[in-house]
This record gives sequence, structure tokens and C-alpha cells, in this order.
Amino acid sequence: MTIRYLLGHEPKSVEPSSPTETVLDHLRLACHRTGTKEGCAEGDCGACTVVLGELDGDQLRYRAVNSCIQFVGSLDGKQLMTVEDLRQPDGSLHPVQQAMVEAHGSQCGFCTPGIVMSLFAQYRNGADWNAAAMADALAGNLCRCTGYGPVLKAAQLALKERRADAFDVRKEETIAALQSIAARDDTLNYFAPRSAPELAEIYAAHPQATLVAGGTDVGLWVTKQHRQLAPVIALSNVADLQEIVETPTHLTIGAGVTYADLLPAMAPLWPDFAEVIRRLGSAQIRNVATIGGNIANGSPIGDGPPCLIALGATLVLRAGKTHRALPLEDFFIAYGKQDRQAGEFVEAVHVPKPQAGWSFRAYKISKRFDQDISALLGAFHVKIENGVVVDLRIAFGGMAAVPKRALRTEAALRGKPWSEASIAAAIPMLVEDYQPITDMRASAAYRAKVAGNLLRKCYLETSDAEDTTRVTFAGRRGHG
Amino acid sequence: MADIGTACISGSVGAAIAHDSAHKHVTGEALYVDDLPEPARCLHLVIRGAERAHARIRSLDLARVRTAPGVCCVLTAADIPGVNDISPIHAHDDPLLCGDEVMFWGQPIFCVAAETRADALAAIKLAEISYEDLPAILDIDEAIRAKSYVLDDQRLSKGDAGSAIAAAPHRLSGRFRHGGQDHFYLEGQVSLAVPAEDGDVHVYCSTQHPTEVQMNVAQVLGRPANAVTVEVRRMGGGFGGKESQATQWAALAALVAVKTGRAAKCRLDRDDDMVMTGKRHDFIIDWQVGFDADGRIRGIDFVQSARAGFSADLSGAIADRAMFHADNAYYLDHASILSHRCKTNTVSNTAFRGFGGPQGMLGIEEVIDAIARHLQRDPLDIRQINFYGHGTRNVTPYHMVVEDSIVDELVRRLEASSDYRARRVAIAAENAKSMVVKRGIALTPVKFGISFTTSFLNQAGALLHIYNDGSVHLNHGGTEMGQGLFQKVAQVVAQELQIDLERIKISATHTGKVPNTSATAASSGSDMNGKAAQAAAVTLKERLVDFAARHFQVAQSDVSFLPNHIRAGKQEISFDALVKLAYLDRVSLSATGFYKTPKIHYDRNTASGRPFYYFAYGAAVSEVMVDTLTGEYRVTRVDILHDVGRSLNPAIDLGQVEGGFIQGMGWLTSEELCWDEKGRLRTHAPSTYKIPTASDRPPDFRVQLQDFAENREESIHRSKAVGEPPLMLAISVFRAISDAIASVADYRHLPALDAPATPERVLAAIDALRERRP
Repeated sequence: MTIRYLLGHEPKSVEPSSPTETVLDHLRLACHRTGTKEGCAEGDCGACTVVLGELDGDQLRYRAVNSCIQFVGSLDGKQLMTVEDLRQPDGSLHPVQQAMVEAHGSQCGFCTPGIVMSLFAQYRNGADWNAAAMADALAGNLCRCTGYGPVLKAAQLALKERRADAFDVRKEETIAALQSIAARDDTLNYFAPRSAPELAEIYAAHPQATLVAGGTDVGLWVTKQHRQLAPVIALSNVADLQEIVETPTHLTIGAGVTYADLLPAMAPLWPDFAEVIRRLGSAQIRNVATIGGNIANGSPIGDGPPCLIALGATLVLRAGKTHRALPLEDFFIAYGKQDRQAGEFVEAVHVPKPQAGWSFRAYKISKRFDQDISALLGAFHVKIENGVVVDLRIAFGGMAAVPKRALRTEAALRGKPWSEASIAAAIPMLVEDYQPITDMRASAAYRAKVAGNLLRKCYLETSDAEDTTRVTFAGRRGHG
Repeated sequence: MADIGTACISGSVGAAIAHDSAHKHVTGEALYVDDLPEPARCLHLVIRGAERAHARIRSLDLARVRTAPGVCCVLTAADIPGVNDISPIHAHDDPLLCGDEVMFWGQPIFCVAAETRADALAAIKLAEISYEDLPAILDIDEAIRAKSYVLDDQRLSKGDAGSAIAAAPHRLSGRFRHGGQDHFYLEGQVSLAVPAEDGDVHVYCSTQHPTEVQMNVAQVLGRPANAVTVEVRRMGGGFGGKESQATQWAALAALVAVKTGRAAKCRLDRDDDMVMTGKRHDFIIDWQVGFDADGRIRGIDFVQSARAGFSADLSGAIADRAMFHADNAYYLDHASILSHRCKTNTVSNTAFRGFGGPQGMLGIEEVIDAIARHLQRDPLDIRQINFYGHGTRNVTPYHMVVEDSIVDELVRRLEASSDYRARRVAIAAENAKSMVVKRGIALTPVKFGISFTTSFLNQAGALLHIYNDGSVHLNHGGTEMGQGLFQKVAQVVAQELQIDLERIKISATHTGKVPNTSATAASSGSDMNGKAAQAAAVTLKERLVDFAARHFQVAQSDVSFLPNHIRAGKQEISFDALVKLAYLDRVSLSATGFYKTPKIHYDRNTASGRPFYYFAYGAAVSEVMVDTLTGEYRVTRVDILHDVGRSLNPAIDLGQVEGGFIQGMGWLTSEELCWDEKGRLRTHAPSTYKIPTASDRPPDFRVQLQDFAENREESIHRSKAVGEPPLMLAISVFRAISDAIASVADYRHLPALDAPATPERVLAAIDALRERRP
């Protein structure tokens, strides 16, 4: 297996020691680039943040990613930039580095290279500066010293007046270089198919393979559980899984669509779903994590599935040339068990487009707002006509061994007036639907209590009460 | 003469200049221990922790470990040539590797040194260990029931608390619990040991306490201290967690290095780091208070029960400091403070920014709010009426006279600048209308005692060389963990010698250069090392003055240091030229400096004295909004006015204030340590342990350094220590959350809210209050 990529502007051709060698280990141990740090080896602290540049048509697109849970194979055909690449040709600091110095953005300095790289990705992509966007862009970079003020100030300094940097100057050269190295070399233990049919063929031949999309879960099997995985089929180059196709009635979201790409598509349709996506992982995580991975790993606390179940999504599975569709909630059978056969993979999700009379609300409850796993997540999709619940779908994550619909609670509300009394009568039904557990994220009692309160919150936000109902997301309320 | 310097030097005392390593931080060129080029054939250590909270090891079979690929060396307790103890107080209760008895889940049993980290990771799994379970004490309640303590109880008492409480017009009592805190320095524990001649070893270590690492490594090796050199250029964060906790990994690496003759690196991954190293102490605080109708405290009784974990470590001094801060900024006429240091089968808790002080303060701030709710008063009124006085009402429960209080003035100024009173009125009105979201506000003060309470630790040394080209090499016993100590001390030297800061080379802390140092801790780094470095600079300056007077044949009083040059009578000469001449005249251009903090003393037998040279003050107003359906909340605005005396470097000091505040906020809000019924830590990585992130910073955050008072004591340039005190400003966030909760029952009752205020605890407190409401 040979991986070809640009390290900064230098072409590299490497033979990873294993299909799961991480980019971070590759940088620190093989390339002796020690500017990139290991803080957690699970994609949660951002100290290892690097930036990947890749061709997007005839343009370059930049993404900050956590190198600790990315495999070297994911570099194939891309440009990898680390903190060592940022100095300008005359040796001066890059504008984002200069801003960090001027704003006193570093204290111990250990998280600093990662922060610099997150800011660099924003800089390259021409991001606008505003406080909320920058806080979001940096939410995946933990800093224990500064309290973040100086870092946010640095973001403002660097991004407000963007100047050309060395990467602008060498842009055409970089594009040409990436076009010339965009090739791959599959071997017996690492595959990187380019299309769904190709993927289907390889997976059928190697049904024991581990599929890796963003690697934000599988990466931890390697870094935390020290598992040996082989063969590995990387999904990040399967172009036809990365499309969002709109029909008159549905959206078809390819399994390989990252949350970074899905977020702007969902924002105008279901603002709450977009906000859930924003909060389910940092920019680095959203840049690689896919909707298909979030479904296929079957986690009871994944945030995507309950939202999609409430929206009435259908899952499309594929094995070889055979497709199979099923309601998303039916895919989750039990903890660690999904309705997926050997050689079958998640290809797409069909989501019905918004229809008149329906309101969607989703609430993610966690100890920390950004980049935290939910204690529970409630998703509510309700159709009210003339004050009566015509139809509804309620789903929760974190309340059962799988993402699950609240069928009994739904039944208690269907056809009833959308009123405080109906809500009060329905809340006890949640106990029938769910028997949550106690763990380090929350107690069973809290989960049960809040599930009911979220139903009440949904009611308050979709009825006529004029009250602020949230402490975040601009106190969002109202219809739609 | 040529080369007359500019009108003033760069980087003088008081200049808001960047951290000395800022450029290296942002370019990735700053080297941390794991970044140093590895010596050839460097070995990598991985440690296997116990999988029981309390057990006897029945058998330990390492045969397959020893023969695993790449394994070079396996160490158990039996392989330790010296003493199997790394206790910072030499209590012989803190083994490097546990022998027969496991004392907590995760306690190191053995370690493997292999050619690669991957080899070592694979090898440790091959051990076969069988245990015989022993009864385990897993929390403070059980420890108190079993009277399980690591050290004897201590008590502070002044007056007759019991009688004063009994005689007071109003009485209240309660119990308050707060959690611990993981340091979560971004750089985990790491040491690189390089063997030297004669069985000596040089250890590059990420530690706040190079001398302690040196002494304990020597003890483990069974060698004198002069066989071990410890060097620290910088840490990727410390916060107290690399004071006593760095020794174990240094000692294991050193042991492997000496045993194999090969360099050895021990770096903990995040999970091992969080499981195997100590944290901030969690406490249960039981309190009783008697007070008058104005809310003035007549008598108070605290019982502070701290979870020490399985060994004493620094728990004695930490629990002492909790007692010393049970008063915070309030005068307590009759007070009794009893402290239990509980022994549990959990990791041994340790130093963490504030060192017990925050825990002590949390107790009395809870009591103040309880009084306020009972009397239906603004809690700020109760705070102000109880502040230490001037000339009267100024003796602490440990019988020290508070001479330097500025807390009343500081709070008055903050109260006005933050518009506290009007905001409180507006919030109450808004809360009456808002059904789901409630707002809360609180102003809390900080008075924090500066000095190690173990008096002998208040000493520091420095070493200063002027090379004959005029460049300067600065070394001292303080360590750099991000707090900007190296730059501040360099500024002190630049100021003293009147040379540009760029001429001073900051160098790694090194036990071969300055011996017998104290930990960089207790916020004392700049105070003590600044003074020691200043003393060394003064010595060299005196020698240069003496030489210049002789050379230019003028009186010593006619020699003065101007920016980058010296004036002797009517003649001027550049600093470099004078140095060269002095060298040719055989003047010694190297000097040590030493400092010991004056005035301090403390008698543990009578629990009285002056443990602190001075106090640092501060105050904060926090405002929050709470979702009463979920318990979620946001901190919307924070105003801080903090006291650093006359700042050595306002940019660095502001960074400490903001950063300390956010770290304290994390402790009291989202950072929750969870152990299960087997004694396993379940929150051992950032996926489960949530420190604040950028979006948790209050969107409206106004931080100022007070400018009306310098340090009354002769501290270094009349500055004040800043490392720890700002952390406690975050108590205002906790009290603001409590205030928002209290609104659901018309502010009549103190919410039953323990820390950290997770959404779950907040919701429980809201529901409990609503049930109480008539």
C-alpha cells in the first residue's frame, strides 16, 4: 500500500506500517514533525489538529481534522499541512500565528499548534469573523490556560483583514501537484474505492472488512482499544455516496455526506436539526464524520438517528447490486445489533421534505453545550391542524439501548387537542416507552424527567405562549 | 563612546509583553519532553494498572510479558533497588509500584519497557494477575463512618463558636458537597531519562517540582541526590498536577535507564493519566451558623471532610489551606473549623490551583447565601456587612491580623462598575414574568493567602551569569508551565541591570544549577524567584559598580546604570564594553541569589500564627440564565476586578485572571468526576470529562486589574501573586446559578445545590424547591 500526498508542498510517497497507522503517529514518529501534539488520542481535544487540502473541482478546499484518529490512508491524493508549514517564505509568521502572538493567545503552548491550524483552516476558506462562528470553529480545541478570550481575539485579528499568504501564491502549483498524484494503490488490507458499485464489489469480496468513513469512532478502536483492523475499506473517496439529491418529495442523503456538508443543507429546512449537527461534534469531527457512519455504528447515543427517525427517514442498504429500504427505526434491533447483513452497507437516507402543518423540534441535553455526547436527545415532529394533533413522530436517543420512537406516547397524543392537558396526560406514557439507564452522563431519573419536560417544551414552542424557552440557540421559539 | 543605548530598555517591569515562548508556541518549535530528539535506542514504557479498588495480589505471572516482541525490561516492586516510596512528605504510603496490596483501581503494578510504544502496549496485556478482594472504602461518607483517615484531624478555633451560635438570634445549618477536578493539562505526564556515567541519570521531566523529583528518584534508585539531575524547560500545563504527581513516571523511566543503560521515556496517555494521577480534593462541608437580624455572623462551625484518597500525598497542607480559607473575606468572631482527611480506596488526591482554598471558600459562600435567603436580603448585603474591618474585626480564625484588606473598596467599585444593584432588580422583575428561563446574578469576593503554609518552603534561589560579551544567562528554581514566570523574572533582571530583555537568555530549570528548590506552586513563583533573581542581579551590579568606580576613578555613588549603558562620573560606557573590561580585570560575573519570605510563621500546635505574607483580593459578578425544564444554563456576563498589586506584566496577569476564572467555572459547572460502584473512574478522557470550551466563555466578559492599591508588603516591585486567586472568582458563577434557582421559590430558600452544577443537579434543585413552595 503506497500513499501519495503533499506534506506542505513536498510530495511524499509512504508505505504505512499498517492500514490503521494514524496521521499523528506518522507525523511525529516517521516525519519527526513534533509541532503537532497528542492530547487525548480520541478526537476530543484538538491538540493534534492539522489541515487537509483537497481538490474540489478546480479549486482547493481546506478542512481542519484531528490527526490522532485519521489513518494515513486518508491522506492519499491530498495536501497535509501542519504548524511547521505556516511560516511565510521570508521566515515571518503566518497572519494567524502573528495574531496569536499579539493577542497573547498562548500560555503553556501545548494546545497552540492545534488552535493555529483551526484558525488557518478558517483563514484559507475565507471565513467571516463573528464571535459565535469563531467560538464554534474553536470548540474542538480545548485550552486549559487562557480561558479562550485571547484566542478568540486572535481569530478576530487574523480574519478581519485577510491578506494573501504563501498558500495563495502557490495555489496553481498545488492544484497541479494534487492532480498529478491523485492515484491510489489498493492492496489486500486497504481499499479506497471511488464509487458505490466499486465499494459494493470490494465489500462483497471482503465482508469481514472494517468500513471506515470519518473514522471518528473506528479511530478510537485503534487508539484506545489497540485493536488490529484489517482489511480496511475507506469510504471517504466514494464520490457518489457524498451527494445530497433533491426530489419533489424527498432528500436523498448519501451515507458519505459529512456533517459539515449536511449542516448548511439542513439549516433552512429544520433549524433544530442543523443546531443538533453543529453541537454533536467539533468542526474537526464534523469535517470527517458522516451521516452514514453515525447510523451504521448503531450507537444508542448518536444524535443523527433520533432526528432522522422523527423526520420519517428511510434507510437504503446495499449489498452487491441489491438495494433494500427500511424505516430507519427498524434498522436498530438491539444494543450493538443492527439489521445489516454481511457485505451490506448503508448507502443513503431518504428524508421527506418539510410539509405544511408539521413542526420539528430537537433538543440535545449534555453537560457541555459543544462537542459533548448527549445524556439524551429528544426529537419531535408534530402536525397540528386546528389545535389538534393530526400526526406526530417522537424519537429519543440516550433513553434506550437503541435510538427509538416513543410509540405509546405518540398514540396518547394522536388525535388529541394540542394542549397542556394532553401533554400532561401523555408524559406518563414515556415511562412505558423508555426505561433509561444511569451512567456517567446522567441518572435514569434525570433522563426520564427531562424527556417529559422536553415534550412540554416542544408544546410551549409550538403553541401560542410568548416565553423564552431556551438558554441557547438564540432562545429559539415560534412555529415552523 | 559609541553604542549608547536607547532611552529606555525593552521589557522592563510593568511592560505588557508577550510570553517568552509565544513565537515558538505558534510555530510548533517549542519543545516539550515528548518532542525532544530521542537518544538512540530509546525505550518506551507502558504501565499496567490494577483492576481492583482494594485487593491483595495473589499472583502475578509476567512470563509472557517478558518474552513478548520488543520487550527489553519489566519492572515490579521487587526490582526497586532503593525505597519503594514516592510520597512527597516521605510518609511511606505511596509506593512507586504496588507490592502485595492494591489500594486503588488503576494503581501501577508493573511496567514494561520496549523498543516501541506499540510493543509495550501489546506486552502489558499478556500479564496474568489474580486478586483477592478486600473491603473497599470508595467515598467520603464511608470513610467518615469507618473513621478512615490518612492523617489526624486538625482544628482551628477562635472564641467559643458553640455558645455564640446558641446565643445568636438566628441559626441555620446545612451540608454541602462539591466534586473534585482533573487538572487536564493538555500535555500528559512525561519523563525522558538518559543514563550517565557512574549509574547517574539525567531526567527531562514535565514537573513543577524538579527538586522533589530528583530526591525521590534518588531514593528509589538508592543513590544520593547528586546522582540525579532533573531538567525542565517547560510544561504543557501543570495547575498543581505536576507537583508531586510527576515523580512516579520520572522514577520508572530513571529505573529503566539505569538498569538497561538505555534512554527511557515514560509518557502516560490521557486515560492512564486521568486514572493514575491525583486530582483536586472533593469535600463534604457540614456547617452551623448563628447570626443577627442584619446578617452579621456571630458564630460559625465548619466540619470539612476532604477525600485524600489512598495516601497522604499533600493532603495535609491542602486540607490546612481549606481551613485557612473557611473565612474567605469575612470576619468570624467565634469560629470552629474541624478538618478530616479521609482515606479512601481511590487515587490519591493532590495539589490543584488553589490548593484547598477554593474548597474552603465554597463553604462560607454557601453559608452567606443561606443567611441571605433566610433574612430575605440581597446576598451582597450579607457579604458586605461581614467583610474584614480595618483596625477592628480583623483577626482570622488562625489568629493572624488582616492588615491589607482592600476587599470592601474593591467590591464597592465592582458593584458600581457592573451596575449590580440595578441588574438585580431587573432580573427579579424579568423572572417574575418568564416561565421557563430564569436569570440569576451573584457577586462574590476572594481573599487568598499568599505563601506556602509550610513555612520552610518559602525560599528560592537563582543563578545569573554575564558572559564576557555582555549577554546574560538567567536561571532560577521556578518552572514554566505557561504562567509566564520566566518572562516576568527576566523582566525583573532586565530592570535591575537596565539592559534590554532580549539580552537575557531564559534557561531551563535544572537541579544542577539551582539546588533545593521549592515547587513552583502556591502562586509564589514570581514573588520568590523574582526576588532571588533580583538579588543575584544586585550582586553583579555591585561588582560592576565597584569595578567601574575603580576603573574610571570615581566614587561608587557616581556610577549609575542607564538603559544598556553605565555612567561613571562624566563618562558613559555601554554595558557590553563595561562587562568586557570587568572580565579582563578578573571580576566574577556569575552570582547566585537567594530569597526567603519574611514575617511568616505558623505554629500547628496552637493553630495560630502568620502563615501568609499578604493576601491577594478580587471580586466577580456573574450572571446566568437557567432553563428550568432541563437544568441547562449559560453564563451570559461576567465582570471581574482583580488585585495583582502593581503588575509585573499586565498582559500575562490578565491571562492568568481570565484563564483561572474559566478553569474555576469548569470545576463548578461541567467537570464531573464519576466513579462506579467498583471504584473505577468512568470519566477518564475528554469524551466524558468536559472542561470548558470556547463557546462556554461568557459572551460578555469584562476583566480589569485594580489600580488603586499596590502591595503593602515589600514584594517584588510591589506586585502580588496571581496564579491561584482568580480561580475562586468563579464561585460567583455557582452562586448565580443558585440565585436563578432560588427565584422559583421567590428567593425564600437556599436551593439544595451541590457542585458541580450539572444540568442534572440544577434541575433536581429546582424541582425540590418547587415542591417546597406553598
